[in-house]
Amino acid sequence: MRKKLGLIVNPVAGIGGRVGLKGSDGPQILKMALEMGAVPESPRRAQQALERLRPAAGDIEIVTWPGSMGEQAAAASGFVPTVMETVLTEHTTPEDTEDAARSISAYGVNLLMFAGGDGTARNIFNAIGDTVPVLGIPAGVKIHSAVYANSPDSAGRLALNFLKSKGRRHVEDAEVMDIDEDAFRQNRLSARLYGYLKVPYDRGLIQSAKAGSQSCDEVVMDAIASDIITNMTDEHLYIVGSGTTTRAIMHKLGLPSTLLGIDAVFRKQLVGLDLNESRLLELLNNRKGKIVVTVIGGQGHVFGRGNQQISPAVIERVGKENIIIVATENKLLGLSGQPLLVDSGDATVNRILCGYAKVVVGLNKRIVYRVSC
Amino acid sequence: MKKVKLRKFHAASWDEPFIMQMGNAGERGIMVPDVDPEIAQTVGEAESLVPENMQRQTPPTLPELSQYHVLQHYLRMSQMTMGMETGIDIGEGTCTMKYSPKINEKLARLPQMTEVHPCQDEETLQGILEIMHKLQGFLSAISGMDMFTFQPGGGANAVFTNACVFRKYHEERGELAQRDEMITTIFSHPCDAATPATAGFKVINLMPDKNGYPDLDALKAVVSEHTAGIMMTNPEDTGLYNPNVEEYVKAVHDAGGLCFTDQANANSIMGIARARDAGFDACHFNIHKTFSSPHGCEGPASGAYGVREELAKYLPVPVVAFDGQAYHLDYERPHSIGKIRSFMGNLGCIVRAYAWIRNLGPDGLRLVSETAVINHNYLDKLLMKIPGVTRPYGPDKRRLEQARYSLEKMYKDTGVGTIEVRDRMVDFGIQSYWTSHHPWIVPHPFTPEACETYSREDIECWAAVIAQISKEAYENPQIVMNAPHTQAIRKMINLEQLEEPEKCSLTWRAYKRKKELA
Repeated sequence: MRKKLGLIVNPVAGIGGRVGLKGSDGPQILKMALEMGAVPESPRRAQQALERLRPAAGDIEIVTWPGSMGEQAAAASGFVPTVMETVLTEHTTPEDTEDAARSISAYGVNLLMFAGGDGTARNIFNAIGDTVPVLGIPAGVKIHSAVYANSPDSAGRLALNFLKSKGRRHVEDAEVMDIDEDAFRQNRLSARLYGYLKVPYDRGLIQSAKAGSQSCDEVVMDAIASDIITNMTDEHLYIVGSGTTTRAIMHKLGLPSTLLGIDAVFRKQLVGLDLNESRLLELLNNRKGKIVVTVIGGQGHVFGRGNQQISPAVIERVGKENIIIVATENKLLGLSGQPLLVDSGDATVNRILCGYAKVVVGLNKRIVYRVSC
Repeated sequence: MKKVKLRKFHAASWDEPFIMQMGNAGERGIMVPDVDPEIAQTVGEAESLVPENMQRQTPPTLPELSQYHVLQHYLRMSQMTMGMETGIDIGEGTCTMKYSPKINEKLARLPQMTEVHPCQDEETLQGILEIMHKLQGFLSAISGMDMFTFQPGGGANAVFTNACVFRKYHEERGELAQRDEMITTIFSHPCDAATPATAGFKVINLMPDKNGYPDLDALKAVVSEHTAGIMMTNPEDTGLYNPNVEEYVKAVHDAGGLCFTDQANANSIMGIARARDAGFDACHFNIHKTFSSPHGCEGPASGAYGVREELAKYLPVPVVAFDGQAYHLDYERPHSIGKIRSFMGNLGCIVRAYAWIRNLGPDGLRLVSETAVINHNYLDKLLMKIPGVTRPYGPDKRRLEQARYSLEKMYKDTGVGTIEVRDRMVDFGIQSYWTSHHPWIVPHPFTPEACETYSREDIECWAAVIAQISKEAYENPQIVMNAPHTQAIRKMINLEQLEEPEKCSLTWRAYKRKKELA
């Protein structure tokens, strides 16, 4: 049976980059970029990725949107794509990406590949959540999410392997991050964790074919949760940060949790879900606290991305010695030696947190890892 | 360097069925003669000796085959594998796959060795006890330690022995509850983390710094009153010898911990660097790698574990002692950790190691190390010229007897990664290489080790195979992607099946675990 590969090209993604505009969100920026002579990058990159799939062209049906949103790139790479019926305006908008994701997902595909940046990833996440495995071809100015392959070439290769593999296809959760572009243009960096998409698991890079599997990550997260729970004390309030690794702790405790929010636990009972800074400070008024946070994949952020609720005041109240960082070994190794990062919003707190942290990577298992700001 | 002519090769391919599918009802290997009537009369029917509730009601479903066909089946199977001594085993880094002189094998197979039993009275075991005692002395001289045991049945077993000895040391000092952290490094052998975990310690791993050495500042940041010790490999799999190892030892000693060095790979340090001189309290050798016996499935292994005098009382029992006249097995050791394995160790390995060391002498051992290092560095020069091959960490630093290389560049350029290159190697009649210990810190890794027994031609041939595959990857990657082409079996594509409990479970425990995960 032919495998179905969804394709969305965001033709304006990355357009601001070459002319130094730090992003391409918003019609004014797009206009400014085009006036400054910007040339769309993403169609070429999509084509580069599709080149890798060409040997298997007969076995793959590409499902895409008309014109610059995928049809052209697919045709240029020698495919005869199935094109969804729609009418495109001259300049595509985020709504177009969302509509495309919805219609391609409804048609039914094994994998949805997109060429774009963090904005595009966010649009796809908004439209279809993590219902379909997704793989990003890096083409935007902002590449903070963990949903992309390293290059268009490796995106093509990874997609081919994923579609070709028989039996269970392995996927993993990857962060969808985006920064506030208005702030970024004024040289202030502020990012948010929007959610998680399922991406193909790249076996070749981290583990050998015989050892790698999706279940490995689940088992490791469960072991990390065991470690944290075994060492829980009765006197501390546990502030559990966002992410799938920390969610495993709540899951093992049999408690509800929020994936993107900050939850709190006391004596293994739920105290609150999705708490903000003032609520956290309130809870810490008469109790000692511990903070359990994980690492943003590919970026290495521990504070300041997706968990701003754990503010400098909360961190200071709890104290450095009561911060527990959890992460799978794969995630740490995926940082390729780059340090963990703290960007709490307060330079003094950042400096205090710098140094070395014993990251919990399994039951009774730690890796000493460098933290910098 | 002369141009290397790559060998044409094709493996035997027998299309052999499973043994369970072979044979015919009634076929037999041996026809057992009837019992002598006089014996039957005296002892009765053999079946009557087995309690009734233990007698089978139905015969076992074993295949019925003649002796000849059993032999033929397994010979065919062996022809479909790549024998260690038919190819060039330079690829199996950290395994020290060197030629084992056959005279040592002959000595190990003398009936005086193969027909002794560990339960014999020690008076009748004087010869073998003398060999063990003397080999202990040799290893002490090589490492600087005071006493060795050969009881562990392999390297990881010896490293586990160390974890137990360190545990006992802290227990006797009343500090075990407090000292529950064992430090290791992520480039050390995985048993340096796994065995202290088995012994109940929390394991703390150090990452490499930018030069590839374990991060010394990280070590200084984590040593404390909770530190039980450090268990580290030197040289690590990067092939880099850590020149500042004393500083690591000092940091741990100052915190009250003990220090162990994993010398599974000792083929570059014999006669050159002694563990004791670097301050270590204990070490081990894989005497089935460095000291003649082949590594892997070619026979039982032996992990020799040695300690300085203060720790000797904790060694497993029995230890071999000499009172000036006779050799004894000493069991009266109240501080001992007990037994780590039955009896005294794998005799064959011990005899081969003894013969090998006696043959070479101290200068010969040093020459082995020097030759292994020179051989590897010649190989390194050849490999580093090949497109797509890189060697992370310390580009200007010389490696010892092995090194970890990366094919990440080749993968990014061509889509051909380390698994594909490995599978292609066997098409040239060369054993496929070993990639890396886990986790893979070096992406797309491979780890060769050109031991002292390979000739210049062998090394050039091995490098030429890698060069040829690199050429193919850049010019016609499909050749590599679809390899092997001349082997008994083709590429394994359905690796997922290995995860399916019904299709692949080697033990009941593995079956249950996979079932749970599925």
